[in-house]
Amino acid sequence: MYAYSDFDRDFLAERNAQFRAQVERRIDGSLTEDEFKPLRLMNGLYLQLHAYMLRVAIPYGTLNAGQMRQLAMIADRWDKGYGHFTTRQNIQYNWPELRDVPDMLDALGEVGMHAIQTSGNTIRNVTADHFAGAAAEEVADPRPIAELIRQWSTDHPEFQFLGRKFKIAVTGSDQDRAVTAAHDIGLRLVERDGQLGATVLVGGGLGRTPMIGKTLNEFVGLDDLFPYLEAIVAVYNLLGRRDNKYKARIKITVHENGIEEIRRRVDAEFPARKAAFNGADMALLEEIEADFAAPAFEEGQGAFPTHYQHDPVFRSFVDTNTSAHRHPDYAILTVSTKAHGATPGDATSDQMRVLADIAAQYAHDELRISHEQNVILPHLPKRHLPAVHAALAEAGLATANVGLISDIIACPGMDYCALATARSIPVAQEIAQRFEALKLEHEVGPLKIKISGCINACGHHHVGHIGILGLDRAGVENYQITLGGDGGPDAVIGERAGPGLAYDEVTDAIERLVRAYLDIRQDASETFLETYRRLGSAPFKAALYPEEKANAA
Amino acid sequence: MARAFTPKVLTANALLEGDVVYLDAQGHWTRDHLKATLIEDEATADIRLLEAQAQGHEIVGAYLADAKAGPDGPEPIHFREAFRTRGPSNYAHGKQAAGPDEELQL
Repeated sequence: MYAYSDFDRDFLAERNAQFRAQVERRIDGSLTEDEFKPLRLMNGLYLQLHAYMLRVAIPYGTLNAGQMRQLAMIADRWDKGYGHFTTRQNIQYNWPELRDVPDMLDALGEVGMHAIQTSGNTIRNVTADHFAGAAAEEVADPRPIAELIRQWSTDHPEFQFLGRKFKIAVTGSDQDRAVTAAHDIGLRLVERDGQLGATVLVGGGLGRTPMIGKTLNEFVGLDDLFPYLEAIVAVYNLLGRRDNKYKARIKITVHENGIEEIRRRVDAEFPARKAAFNGADMALLEEIEADFAAPAFEEGQGAFPTHYQHDPVFRSFVDTNTSAHRHPDYAILTVSTKAHGATPGDATSDQMRVLADIAAQYAHDELRISHEQNVILPHLPKRHLPAVHAALAEAGLATANVGLISDIIACPGMDYCALATARSIPVAQEIAQRFEALKLEHEVGPLKIKISGCINACGHHHVGHIGILGLDRAGVENYQITLGGDGGPDAVIGERAGPGLAYDEVTDAIERLVRAYLDIRQDASETFLETYRRLGSAPFKAALYPEEKANAA
Repeated sequence: MARAFTPKVLTANALLEGDVVYLDAQGHWTRDHLKATLIEDEATADIRLLEAQAQGHEIVGAYLADAKAGPDGPEPIHFREAFRTRGPSNYAHGKQAAGPDEELQL
């Protein structure tokens, strides 16, 4: 893992001291809220519905045990003993008090973490494949590039006042677990003629105008990647609209100017940027890559095969929550934060400490946070799986539901968020509990439900196989269903199914949808999404709106 | 004829804790919506809002929210304002933890 240099530490200490003074000046009345707000947002501090909220970056989703323990300590000392993992590999504290935030930032700095650029019109926390460095099929670990993006973008003087926020995601796998096509810039690492480079997507994004990113360049060699990135953001910075907040994202710039024009301008900008970098980026990258070297993998599976054969609960857990690791004696374990009825993405401080202890004791001191709001042990020797399963079960973290219907992404919604138009969390809780009561989810198989509490789509509802969008319709919560979305390598925006549903109609409607799928799938191997693609939306709409079908008959 | 004025409460978040607060009849900020003053006319509402905007040392983001008279004091009309009187629905955190307004249901 990347370890902070003296430069990083000094920069953070200075930045935190500045913010401490800004908070003091706000409290003593020297700064108005209008003056203070942009300063607090630059440091990840929001004012939400019931309280302040501090959003802390977990760059490319990677943590070590010490960092996770510090997150737990912060939750206990300055919050209510829990944290919320978000869909952009951040952790949010929902209840900090203004006076305490500088201390929280200092505590983060002690373990090489910060909240810089988790808000505001800047390049946001860079995200990456949560299986990076561990996945069997990976071309290259995307994290060294992501770390260099973090360093390049943090406090980048040219990009502190962009027209709007700017999100970059990196994947090193053709599975694209980082939803790169829904980012302002998506990088997909590829090899060409033995050389590493990236396919560069631009102009993807969800929100009120969902768009799938377009390919700006099929292959940019690693040597050119950083000047190329800088050229893109520079072109956007000048060309992007600033007259209308809703038309300010790069997806609109690309849409209005055309991908060819963007490409022409980026190519024109590139040579000067390349000259200015002068290879310094590659020298840095080389140092960073050493920090991300794979751990020394240990051979052997111990008693794992025996346990797997004889313990059905353990077998179900392994089958559902592990993925293929690059080393045959290892597994990638996804720990679900979505026990049925729990708040998606929330972990108590005790659970964080259990995860940290497991990572330190068994799994090469590494943890990941996924955009799907789960926690991952990326390098877990199979021989330790039985002990880890037991420890997780004791902490309420052994739910075997990864990728299933109760593994729901949900934004905080109107339970916390000042922008939300409806609640998300209780909708997720009720759906998960319903399918647990029906004992149906393993029969249903892979199905991604994603819920957003407003049009900004933090819950990625557009790319859910079933998407749920909560709106305010004449002072009442109302939920729109979208179908057939996909956040994978061939990303698809879901199709709106029809009129919205009342809050208390959503769970029944989802059950009808799922039962319809079970009735019409070819066999158990055909997933919900495959059935939808084969048959189209008609049978699903009929299940969602049975009264219309009855009326038409 | 002018459109009928919907009564309002003046609400904001406390600067230090971020907690939801309401203006009471004495011109102080209270954390209990039942103790808020229900403002019945537009001119008063506008003046109270202007006054509140000058109190940035205590509160943040003051605005007028529709409300109605209830048996114990003003009650919210919109569900967002109802949530603000209570706290989140997934944990008993926020105002509902202290619990003076648990009887308030959507």
